[in-house]
Order: sequence, then structure tokens, then C-alpha cells
Amino acid sequence: MTQSRLHVPHPPARPGETPDFSYLKIPPAGSVGRPDTLAPALQIEALGTGMVRVLDEQGHAVGPWNPHLEAEELQIALRHMLLTRRFDERMQRMQRQGRISFYMKSTGEEAVAVAQAMALRPGDMFFPSYRTQGLFVVRGRSLVDLMCQCLSNTHDMCRGRQMPIMYHWAEGNIFSISGNLATQFPQAVGWAMAAAIKGEDHLAASWIGEGASAEADFHHALTFAAVYQAPVILNVVNNQWAISTFQGFAGGEQRTFAQRGPGYGIPGVRVDGNDFLAVYAVTRWAAERARSGGGPTLIEHVTYRAAAHSTSDDPSRYRPKEEWQSWPLGDPVVRLKAHLIALGEWSEERHAALEQELEAHVTACWKEAVAYGTLTEGPTLDPLSMFEDVFHEMPAHLKRQREELRRLLHGPDAAGPRSDGAEG
Amino acid sequence: MAQMNMVQAINSALDVMLGRDPRVVVFGEDVGYFGGVFRCTDGLQRKYGEHRVLDTPIAEGGIIAAAIGMGVNGLRPVAEIQFADYIYPAFDQIVSELARLRYRTAGDLCAPVTIRTPCGGGIRGGQTHSQSPEGVFTHVCGLKVVMPSNPHDAKGLLISSIESEDPVLFFEPKRIYNGPFDGDPHKPAVPWSSHPKGEVPDGHYAIPLGKADIVRPGAAATLLTYGTMVHVAEAAVRLCGVDAEIIDLRTLVPLDVDMLCTSVCKTGRCVIVHEATRFSGFGAELSATVQEECFWHLEAPIARVTGWDTPYPHAFEWDYFPGPARIAAALRAVMESAA
Repeated sequence: MTQSRLHVPHPPARPGETPDFSYLKIPPAGSVGRPDTLAPALQIEALGTGMVRVLDEQGHAVGPWNPHLEAEELQIALRHMLLTRRFDERMQRMQRQGRISFYMKSTGEEAVAVAQAMALRPGDMFFPSYRTQGLFVVRGRSLVDLMCQCLSNTHDMCRGRQMPIMYHWAEGNIFSISGNLATQFPQAVGWAMAAAIKGEDHLAASWIGEGASAEADFHHALTFAAVYQAPVILNVVNNQWAISTFQGFAGGEQRTFAQRGPGYGIPGVRVDGNDFLAVYAVTRWAAERARSGGGPTLIEHVTYRAAAHSTSDDPSRYRPKEEWQSWPLGDPVVRLKAHLIALGEWSEERHAALEQELEAHVTACWKEAVAYGTLTEGPTLDPLSMFEDVFHEMPAHLKRQREELRRLLHGPDAAGPRSDGAEG
Repeated sequence: MAQMNMVQAINSALDVMLGRDPRVVVFGEDVGYFGGVFRCTDGLQRKYGEHRVLDTPIAEGGIIAAAIGMGVNGLRPVAEIQFADYIYPAFDQIVSELARLRYRTAGDLCAPVTIRTPCGGGIRGGQTHSQSPEGVFTHVCGLKVVMPSNPHDAKGLLISSIESEDPVLFFEPKRIYNGPFDGDPHKPAVPWSSHPKGEVPDGHYAIPLGKADIVRPGAAATLLTYGTMVHVAEAAVRLCGVDAEIIDLRTLVPLDVDMLCTSVCKTGRCVIVHEATRFSGFGAELSATVQEECFWHLEAPIARVTGWDTPYPHAFEWDYFPGPARIAAALRAVMESAA
């Protein structure tokens, strides 16, 4: 007798159970070959099943993917990753104290955004997702600006219109983060198509989580990228968890996320996402390919979401508390630090001093940011500004509604002064 | 001046803009080599090359997403969705992304995308080739919504749409691509060449968005409509003899409230006509606006004539379509009502 069946994926461990990552096949560092950057996608399908790794267990950089970065550059990378982590921790605390409404930490995934932003050029356009705040850190957006966005205060880049972490930076070539997941993936392809149409050398890069790869936009992005051979780097950050559903619910039990690339004729490269050097090297490879007319690359970054999904989430309800400690690819900050120490270019003392310096920097930034106001304490934004930017020029119906609100706030029947902000 | 049908007028607008502005790119399903299933992009790829006029995969969500990315990268994309009925896979990209990008980035980023899409029934298209979903999009903040009723307006409005800094949804009533249609399917088709609005200048001209047009001045009642129904309304007025002022809205967002309210305040009676379904349709917004702005001038309740609240039925098209008889009946009714 045969019978059809419904398979409902189960993660290897739930709360109270022993973490189990035996589903991950982790090859030794240096064991995956580095093909020519213009190798045909279907000849390099193995890159989608293996895992590009450069840093070995002793903290040495080994194998053909070693990008041979200068020690100074590695120190800068460590600083960016640590700063991102300190920033995240501070903002999480401020959310717990009720100063901001929401936050999302990138703990454990800092190498992905930091290495990729460092490996790409300033003219390349980023289409970010949650947990890619490292892109802003590397490109030099001040933490004060990011904090002001989270505070929705008078210096908020979004003028109070977006919940925390939905940053953007037009001058820094970073697109706006969307809460509708994966929408940015095919937009990045369109941006890259335009770069090619204009004959420019810039490429686009975008990020989504493995969970969001289930969205139709993932398929649209890969189809359009393949059809037009667009200069784009499409990154799936496989951090194992999409809120409470493990990567099996996005299809990760059947194939790797990188393997989806060759199905579209796009190279799919799987990389140790907690290995700064490996992420950097794979990104450089993909960028060189894109800039030489070789088209798109899909990169799967294997990493682990060490933090909760957001401040509204409690992961102890659905996964073992100690899972992060058992994660076989370790902590990207610890691994880069160990590498620098192994090179003789870093020390525990210097590390402690850097931690202290960054902590002080974050404190100073926070002090400055709150001086521009918080959601509850002045100075506050003028509510009348909410009618701006819906259209390029405000149409009559919005002007009328703005007047209606103005009368409510400032007219003779107004409840009382509510805003000390500037007139809009 | 040349005689053009609506397809040729739209083609001419795209031609003018591709020629004037190197940032303009035109793409969609079958729009490139073939020139579009309705021929609106005929010859444009040959003239401007396949980097400016492109075929795309059959993926409306991908088309609009790519348009957004291109717009952010400095181009002026004109995307075609082959039938308005196919637009829903792109709904998230239009509503959550395209319409709100400027707002959510406080003006730092925007994508001036024009989406052209044929809409409306009367072509035996059944429920997947006949819909009029404009009201779904007029409810979205940040989109301009346009629907022309003739070749002259189609060209001028499409040029304004492409030149607009805001995203525009440009609905093309496909029943009147080749000629005005008065709602009687049994009459022989009439070409645009015998209609004054079939006279279309060859070069660049713009009809501003947000400006309605008085198609027929009148004193007894105001008839608010757009698209194909402008011509059906004219037939209805001929049928019932009521001296109605017919206003072609042309742009639904932003709405020319001044013109339509001035007219209703003058006539004291209002009939609203659209092909789309009635419940929560754009007519409901028009009716509410007229009530708010013109209440003390109204001599009769506002009437609505629309498609029935059913999916578009293939075999009963002419029972479904709000034809001249229904509009004439509504005009007579508002004339007979005493306030």
C-alpha cells in the first residue's frame, strides 16, 4: 500500500532539547576551490553545496579564497563589527527602558554586512533588509543619525514616518528598508539593469533572510537577473530562523539556498557567513564577475540569528536557549579577533581598549541623539509635516486635511499646546 | 495635426518621450519586438533599440519592482501591464513600495514610474480581461490615477504622466482604443477619424494631471464620468434629452474637485457613472465629495450607474455593462426627484 503524505518540517531541537546542527555539512577551511570569475554558472554548481571558508580553527587564513587583506583593513573590519554590536546592544537596552518602540539586533551576523560593504565600492547600490545595519556603519552614516531614526525625533531621516530600523541613505547609496519582506530583491535587479542601460560600472547588492526567499519577489529577482544578466549580487542570509520557523520552512531541507541559483542559470555560492574573510572574498568574486559582464551571483551566507527576531519576540518559546553557544560556525567577531591575534596584529589589551572606546562613542552618540528629542519628550516633530512627501507637490485634498489638523492642534478649540516643533 | 486612434496616440506619446528624454525606458510583456498585444509600442524598439524598449518575463511583480529600481537609478520607466486584470501580482510593489517610497524616505528617494494598463470591458474578455480596478488604486496614498477617454487626451495625459515626479497609474479603456463606443454593441464600430478628439498633434504637448474636462455643457444635471463611459453618457443624453453637463474627470487622483462641484452647484443634480463595480467604487468617493461640497445646492439624491457588484460575466456582458438606457433612466430619475 502506498499513500501520499504531508510533511511538516521540524527543527532539530525545541526548547529543553539539545541543540543539533548535524544537518549542516561543514567542509574544512580552504577546501573549496575558487573558480575563474567568468566560469559558466552550470560548471560551478558545486559552490552551492559546499561552503567557502577561509579562517580555520586556529585562526589562520587558508586556501584559494584567502583575500590577503592588510592587517590594517582587518582591524577596521573588527572595529565596524564591534561598533555594530555595541550599537545594537545599546538600542536593545533603550527599547527595554521604553525610549524607543522597537529594535532588531544583528548579533552573530555582523560579518555579512560589514564584509560585503567593505568589499564593494561606494558607487554600488545597496538594497538592505533587517539586520544589515553594518552596511550603514561601514559606509559612515553616523550612529547619531541611526539613533535619531529609531527615536522618531526632530533629526529623524524619516521624519517620524517609519518604525525604528527602517533606515535609508540616498547619498550613501543605500535604499530604504521595507517591512514587506523581499520586495527589495527584484528592485535591486531593476537598479542594476538601469546601471547597465546607462553603461555605468556600478552594481547593486541586496539582502534577504532565508525565510523571505519563499516570497515571489525572490523568484522575480532571480528570473530578471538571469534573463538580463544584470550586474547584481543577491544575498540570502540564512540565519536558520525566520521568527519562529526554522530554515526548513523556506525549503532548506531539500536543497541549499545557494543551489537555487543554478536553477535559474545563476552561480550560487554558499559561504561561511561568520567568516569575515570568506564573505569578503566571495563578494569580491561576485563583484568582479558582475563588472566584467558575467551577470548576477546568488550568495547564501550560513550564519545564525543569535538574538531574538526583534524586541517583540521571545525565542526561548521555540528554540533551545543555548543553541547559539552550540552554533558550529562560532561568533564572527571572536573569529576575526582570533585571526588578528594569530597574525600578531592584535591583542586582548588592544581589544579591551577598543571595546571601551566604542562603548564611550555609543554613549556620546546616544546623548546627542536624545537631545534632538524622543517619541515622548520634546523637541518633537510637527505633526502637520505628515502631509508632506505623499506627492512631490501637495494636492488640494491633502492641503485641506492639513488645515483641518492645524485647526485641531492650534485653533481656538484646540485641546492645548501639543507641539513645540517648527511650523510645517 | 494628424488623425490618430488611441493606440496611435499612446504610441506617439511614448515616441515623443523616448525621443526627448534619454531617461525614458519602456518595457513589459510583448512590448518590445512585437510591439504590444494592442500595438501601443509598435515600432518603438526598432527606433530606439532594445535597451530603451524591452520585452520582459511574464511577471507583473517583477516588472514593477524592476521599474522601481530603475526609477531610483535615475531612469523614467514606463511599464506596461498587459491587462489591468493582471496587475494584482504587482499589488505589493505598487502599494507598499512605489506609492510610498517618497513618503517613507522623507523625500530622499523616489521612483517616477508610469504604469500603463488596458482596462474595462465590452470586448468579450470575461472576468480576466475586462476589469476596471481603478478604485482599488485611488484608495492608495501616493499614486496618481489617470484614465483618458480619447486619443487627444490620452497622448497629452500620458506625456504628463511620464513627466510627473510621482508614480502614475495610467488606465487605457481598451474598448475605445480604435473608436468611441456609445454602449450599443450592435451598431457598426465608429473610428476615431470621425471624432474631433481623434485630431492629435504630432509633437510634444501636455495635458495637466488633476484637470477635468467639460465634454458637454448643460444646465439641468451634472454627469460625472471617465473613460469609455464618457461616450456612453453622451449617447444617454441624446437618448433622454436631459440637458446634462458631462464632465470627463480624466484624472481621478488628484481629483478636480473645483470643476465638478462648481457644476453640481450650478445644476443641483448629479449622476455618477463608471464601468467598475459599485460597492466602494470610485463613484462612492465622488458621491461623498459632492454631498459634502454641494449639499445645500442639491435638488435630488445623487445617483450612481455602475457595473453590477459581480465578477465580470462573459456571456452576459451587455446585461452587465452600464449602457445608455440605464444612464438615461438615472438622468430622468434625478430630474423627477423633488428635494
